[in-house]
Amino acid sequence: MAKTRKGVEVSIAIAEAVRQADVDVVAAYPITPQTHIVEHLSELVADGELDAEFVPVDSEHSAMSVCCGSAAVGARTFTSTSAQGLALMSEIYFIAAAMRLPMVMALANRSLSSPLSIWNDHSDIMMVRDAGWICIFVENGQETYDNILCAFRMAENPEVMLPVAVNLDGFILTHMIEPILYEDDDLVRSYLPWKPMKNALHPDRPVSMGCFGMPEIYTEAQMNREMGVRNSYPHILDAWEEWGRLTGRHYRPVETYRCEDAEYCIVTMGSYGETAMEVVDMLREEGEKVGVIKIRLWRPFPLEEFRKAALGRKCLIVMDRAITFGGNQGGPVATELRSALYGMDGAPSIVNYVAGLAGRDVSRKDFRNIILEGKAKAAKGEVDGFTLYGLRG
Amino acid sequence: MAKPMEQITWQELETGAVVVEVGNSVQYETGSWRSERPVVDKEKCIKCMFCWLYCPEGCIRQAEEGHFEADLTYCKGCGICAEECPVKCITMVIEEK
Amino acid sequence: MAKTSISSPKHVEREEFFAPGHRACQGCAEVLAVRLVLKALGKDTIVAMATGCMEIISSPLPITSWRVPWIHNAFENAAAVISGCESGMKALMRKGKIPAKKINFVGMGGDGATADIGMGPLSGALERGHDMIYVCYDNEAYMNTGIQRSSCTPYGASTTTSPAGKKSIGQHTQKKNMVEIAAAHGIPYVATACPSFPFDLMEKVKKASETAGPAYIHILSVCPTGWRINPSEAIKYGRLAVNSCVFPLYEVDHGKYRLTYKPSDKKLIPVSEYLKGQGRFRHLTDSDIETIQAATMKAYERLLRLSEQE
Repeated sequence: MAKTRKGVEVSIAIAEAVRQADVDVVAAYPITPQTHIVEHLSELVADGELDAEFVPVDSEHSAMSVCCGSAAVGARTFTSTSAQGLALMSEIYFIAAAMRLPMVMALANRSLSSPLSIWNDHSDIMMVRDAGWICIFVENGQETYDNILCAFRMAENPEVMLPVAVNLDGFILTHMIEPILYEDDDLVRSYLPWKPMKNALHPDRPVSMGCFGMPEIYTEAQMNREMGVRNSYPHILDAWEEWGRLTGRHYRPVETYRCEDAEYCIVTMGSYGETAMEVVDMLREEGEKVGVIKIRLWRPFPLEEFRKAALGRKCLIVMDRAITFGGNQGGPVATELRSALYGMDGAPSIVNYVAGLAGRDVSRKDFRNIILEGKAKAAKGEVDGFTLYGLRG
Repeated sequence: MAKPMEQITWQELETGAVVVEVGNSVQYETGSWRSERPVVDKEKCIKCMFCWLYCPEGCIRQAEEGHFEADLTYCKGCGICAEECPVKCITMVIEEK
Repeated sequence: MAKTSISSPKHVEREEFFAPGHRACQGCAEVLAVRLVLKALGKDTIVAMATGCMEIISSPLPITSWRVPWIHNAFENAAAVISGCESGMKALMRKGKIPAKKINFVGMGGDGATADIGMGPLSGALERGHDMIYVCYDNEAYMNTGIQRSSCTPYGASTTTSPAGKKSIGQHTQKKNMVEIAAAHGIPYVATACPSFPFDLMEKVKKASETAGPAYIHILSVCPTGWRINPSEAIKYGRLAVNSCVFPLYEVDHGKYRLTYKPSDKKLIPVSEYLKGQGRFRHLTDSDIETIQAATMKAYERLLRLSEQE
């Protein structure tokens, strides 16, 4: 396919990216709102447009297990899931990272049960926050397409060797029809050459993978893993930089909007970034010194970049899409950001809102309320805990 | 030869803790578990190899004289070879150390 | 006995693909089964193994007993992992990314990993039709964690979670019939085996390797520790299990049942001969044994009938 702009559903664009990446194995189990991605992939395989094994597994647990097996032989591997699916595969999700098996997942973020909900928030990904995957958040269709491709380059880099989850908001993004600029197949091929993996399972050079760890060596294995995630950071930047060079679309671990002189900023992850930018434009016209900080890379956490973006502001209004039950301090993002800034000179106060659980709409008006109310709270020193926005009763 | 696990630093582990030196368990000498040792009557051995076949350790070898005997580096002294020998040429003898 | 090409130890592969220095208990017939399975498969094999005895005793980081490529991932997913290896290799070879080569893709797990926690992933992998072999090493309980009952623990066996007591016979359920469950998937090859019959075992593994599509082999693996017998008697008890018809050796080859070994009248023994020396069955009364005898023969006669059908 030559470079084209098309109005398509974002899920279809993901499948197209996976086709262009020429993956070898797709293993997935259907779950809303991920289904359109894998449905379209299975069509591409059925039509011979993608030469891959499409493995229609018995559960998400098996999906992740098949992906581990496939990645272990050095095949390019893709999967996609949501919420309960991620919960079911979580055991193996951790193991995939620990065994350093490169693969890419499109995670259509959805709220965890119960009550059962098929709608969007971030409770699924926060559940596996500490697994050691590279974790990227995207906010529109183009970013999704681009980052699926960048993710393969990050994952398979011999210096990285990690699974990558590209987080996109379920329905809000997965089912949205947007104009997407598809890059030329050849450009993608040159960006993502397949190379044999070091230590892949093969009879010509046998290895043992997944040996068990006694207390004498488990700690060292965990540090090896931790450093693997930390050291992936420059290679993540490289993958984005090269993509930016080829396409003109640039990505950074932390992105800011109208922050130059902003006294307070709203912090978002995922598709809320776009609404936040629109509202900030409106507030700027009213004279508010407000900006947006968007965290694109959640793991490895871009500590220095975040601090650079945050220090010197008066306050950050942090949007969380999940609750840390009983944590008494806020959602997972706010808790982490407070920790990142603790005790630093020029650290802003943090006011935390948990909003949009299970897809409850957060409109521009709501964003405006949150920003102004958050600013007022910060001024009064009401910065503990979190506010569950829009809660009745 | 792999270092003892308690001496390995985190930097020395392969990515993903993969082990590339396959079959290196040969450096772990399970013979120390043994309380009884198989002793072969070389004259009676008919070289049928059933002791070799049934050995859970895979540690029975053909000696230069032609008979089969356990490598005591690994033999745990389970006694299967003595039990299964069709001509009963293997006796289990208490280890005295 | 069926005609086999392996009829003497001299026909058996000399190379060891599973190195000594492993930490299996004395007299472990399960590790013997692993050793024999690998001999039958040869070096062009990739193994995915479930968590369990064989995984623990063979792979204390940085040590491994494996000389073929081996992956352990989790307890319940060996079948899924090996199906992923097979799918990955199939795609890589088809697309010319790596040279084509015949490789055996083999999933392995204990009875708990197979019949309990890993049943779904195994069923999925068999149903999807991967070119793979799944080997269940059945030692009839969770031996690795300390002899807890599994769904493959036989009726009447005392384990640490099905203890015999004043009000209990021990395990009061019937052993789950994994072989028939596997066969019900309509896969091309299903068989039982026991390392006490090593030639029969290796023949079946070779047949599974040569069969395109999924194959399932269920291996009775005597566990002296869990069964409370003398380690030297591990081979003997496997033989007793087969000759008492408690564990018949048979195959279902493209739907066709065949007993690969029928105990002759001289060899056929009552189940009491098999049960009596085992600590796990020590508490059984004569009447309990009669019940087991009747159930055993009923199951065996069914197999006889099936294997006589054309």
